[in-house]
Amino acid sequence: MDKATLAGALGSPSAFGQSQFALVRGNAFEARVKADGGTELLRLVHEKLDRSAEPPAAARVPDLSAAGHAGRAARTELALGEAVLAPGEWTLLDHPLLALDVAGSPAFLEPDAVVVHPDGSWTVVEIKSFPLLDGSADPAKVGAAARQAAVYVLALEEVATRLAAAPDVPGEAPRVRHRILLVCPKDFSNLPTASAVDVRKQRAVTARQLARLTRIEHIADALPEGTCFAPELPRERLTASVESVPASYAPECLSACELAFHCRDRSRAQDAVTTLGRPVRAELGGLTTVEDVLAAARGELGDPADPTVAALRRAAALRAEALAGAAAPTGARALAGVAGAARAEVAPCP
Amino acid sequence: MSLITTLARLEAVSTGRARPAATVRHRHLSERPLVFVPLTTAGEAGAPLGALVGTDRDAPRLLAVPQPRDRDLRFAFLAELADVVLPYIDGCAEAVEAAERSETDPETGKRVKVEVELCADAPQLIVPSRAGVDFVRLLGRSTRFRRTAEQDPEAPFPAPPRVPLLGRWLTHFGERARVPGSSLLPAMTDLLGRHWATGQSSLEDQHLGALLAWIDPPAGRSGAEAAREAELARDAGGQLRCPPAGPATDPAFDNKLLAPAIERYDRARTAFAAAQDGLEADERLGALTAAEREIRTLVESRTRPTWDAVWRGLDLLRALPEGVRVEERWTRDRWSFTGHRDRVLAGEPPQPRRDDAVTAANKLATREREQARLEAQEALDDPLVMAGRRLSGEAFAGEVTDVVMAYSESKRPSPRPLVTVRTDDRPHLGARTRVYRSLGGKPQAAEFVGYEDETDGHGADGHGRDGAEEGPAAVESTGVESAGVESAGAGQSSGGLLVLRIMDKMGRGREPEAGSVPEKGDRVCFTLFEHEPRGGAKLPDPEETPWTHGGPPDAEAAVREPADPVTEEDVL
Repeated sequence: MDKATLAGALGSPSAFGQSQFALVRGNAFEARVKADGGTELLRLVHEKLDRSAEPPAAARVPDLSAAGHAGRAARTELALGEAVLAPGEWTLLDHPLLALDVAGSPAFLEPDAVVVHPDGSWTVVEIKSFPLLDGSADPAKVGAAARQAAVYVLALEEVATRLAAAPDVPGEAPRVRHRILLVCPKDFSNLPTASAVDVRKQRAVTARQLARLTRIEHIADALPEGTCFAPELPRERLTASVESVPASYAPECLSACELAFHCRDRSRAQDAVTTLGRPVRAELGGLTTVEDVLAAARGELGDPADPTVAALRRAAALRAEALAGAAAPTGARALAGVAGAARAEVAPCP
Repeated sequence: MSLITTLARLEAVSTGRARPAATVRHRHLSERPLVFVPLTTAGEAGAPLGALVGTDRDAPRLLAVPQPRDRDLRFAFLAELADVVLPYIDGCAEAVEAAERSETDPETGKRVKVEVELCADAPQLIVPSRAGVDFVRLLGRSTRFRRTAEQDPEAPFPAPPRVPLLGRWLTHFGERARVPGSSLLPAMTDLLGRHWATGQSSLEDQHLGALLAWIDPPAGRSGAEAAREAELARDAGGQLRCPPAGPATDPAFDNKLLAPAIERYDRARTAFAAAQDGLEADERLGALTAAEREIRTLVESRTRPTWDAVWRGLDLLRALPEGVRVEERWTRDRWSFTGHRDRVLAGEPPQPRRDDAVTAANKLATREREQARLEAQEALDDPLVMAGRRLSGEAFAGEVTDVVMAYSESKRPSPRPLVTVRTDDRPHLGARTRVYRSLGGKPQAAEFVGYEDETDGHGADGHGRDGAEEGPAAVESTGVESAGVESAGAGQSSGGLLVLRIMDKMGRGREPEAGSVPEKGDRVCFTLFEHEPRGGAKLPDPEETPWTHGGPPDAEAAVREPADPVTEEDVL
């Protein structure tokens, strides 16, 4: 389902998009990294991850093209199986296609590259166009890349298990390395540099989330008969369809989901305190709507023995006192203990 | 976020308008700030697309790079930026006042006072958002190691003369912006977010247009509606009505307007270069100029709304009275500015790519100390901030009900009066906890002695009248008090009557100086945190860095920090 089109049809279009400048630059950089049969890329893998192995002089770069997603995924699996059977050689898979089971339906993933080491282990390579400036990059972007790579690692692990189960492959399942290679431009240049990123934590988190996801059939079963998400439907029907799927909006959704603005409108209409952020909801205990909280703070609602309600009333009283004091400045100053305060002594600070 | 701020945000949701989060202005605003609204090219590191910059709200200087990947055009942009920023900085660097600073005498090792210059004012660079602060730092990093033709005749692509200096200043601004409470390079979203609580999450507050919509919505509309429009409304051409505050541009703008314009410019330039004779060249130059003008118009159309928004934000902030201690923090900014001015004048090399161990540790220590100072000073300046500290048990306010004179037990007894304070706050006090109040701008310390039982107190000094006065207040707060008693399991933590022993600031004599001891009936406010936080232990000189931290820095290497290699893909 195309969530961006759906969001547009709902009247809350998503704000995502990619600038063609970024696209061009990203593609140019990736092409540069993979030029000459991946010589530079393999050099970086060898240097950052596997120094004890033979330096890559020549590498196998199997052709992965096939018809359709399923075909490409099968071709990738075949190439990985062949690479395992050729020990002592480096293999570079350029844009392989992996299948991963997400809540009961297959999702296809396309890592930038996967490298098979001479010892038969696999490394995910992620090529990004944000710069590694003096050895450090934007932590938010590195985190996003690590989460993305963790999904690839999980998908590769499934492939490895399947390969080990096949009758013609000897020995154990190939090892998928948990340190991935992040390739970025160095400083302000277009020269590639790389850093090994440990994705064990992201992998564990993603694995747990995938295991906990509600199966898509269960969601579908719970929907009323005839629910349809076709964007060409009238807006009211579409809204009703979307609302039949439960969603819990939090501000973090805005940077991740195309439907976030729609969910935000809905969450605001319900007066939910979570629209202000998850920590706010956690702070307010059982009070979940804005008007409930304000009524509790005014003393119109709630049990005074409830610590949350008691704290709210104290906070409201203190806030009202401070604001009333500020309206009459001298009172405010006496309260803050700076009555008659002379200008603070200035201590020089070199 | 304290419960008080949360409450303010909820009120904002309910009323459709931002609520005050401060009663005074906690940041210094210069009389003549330099506003800088930059735009960058997507996908490129440090390739500016254009900017509006200047100190005059009605006449900003428009800078644009028609082809951001062209190094020469980028340098021209930086040179123009230097022509605006550096004279502004120099204007502040010239006026100085005399000040004293204590320094360690190299011969005797004693601390002595030295007469030094302190700049009377410091420059203030205001950017729209936090991303703008990062962009200033990035520009600084990309330019401070550049070599000019004068410095290094061999340099492959020499930078215009003042660009490396601009880089050093921008780096200094960027570094200073990391010090809590500093005002050399503030972001408008941070300034507004500090003083108002909106009805949206702090994540959404990063959008300058939405933030302003909550604080000052157009007549007859709610903040939520106006903010949504600022975030999402697009015109017939699919362009955002309120362009993002940058430096990143909207992808729809890049793809639909900017990319075709840049392509036209490139074509016009190629045609101009291929012109056969003067007449043809003249004609094609006209086309090139037109293409360039088109890009300039585009850049202005995306930056001008943000420029106006920043100035509107300044108007709103200027309406708030300045906090008492803001001036003191600005003086620290002036010291920081003067220090860097002196380093530049002394011919020191640009800031290194990586700080040595001692500098890095010093920076961290400074930031920690300034954070503590900022928190203390904001609370002292602003009853609303103090209310938050009182709620969390870090301060208490109340009325003095009794003062009993007492003396210390030394040979020369000094006054140690016992002061009883009635408060409804519930501070986290243990035996002999030190508390502080502000007395004429200086902290006066007191020690917590104990709680006084309310019934005993009344019986003993027979102030029946007092009891009657306090009656209603006590009844009002019973609900809260009983909750406190239940949860804490002891009557002590519910506040009530506290006995404090005043410890200092009472003069040298046997009797305390007039006004130095609170009197019965005074409203007082004590804090459990110190007003002037002390720094940690002194760090060794850089030359004495222990080997565990990499040993003394290599002085030679610092001087010869090489320029960055040039990007090969640049169009030239």
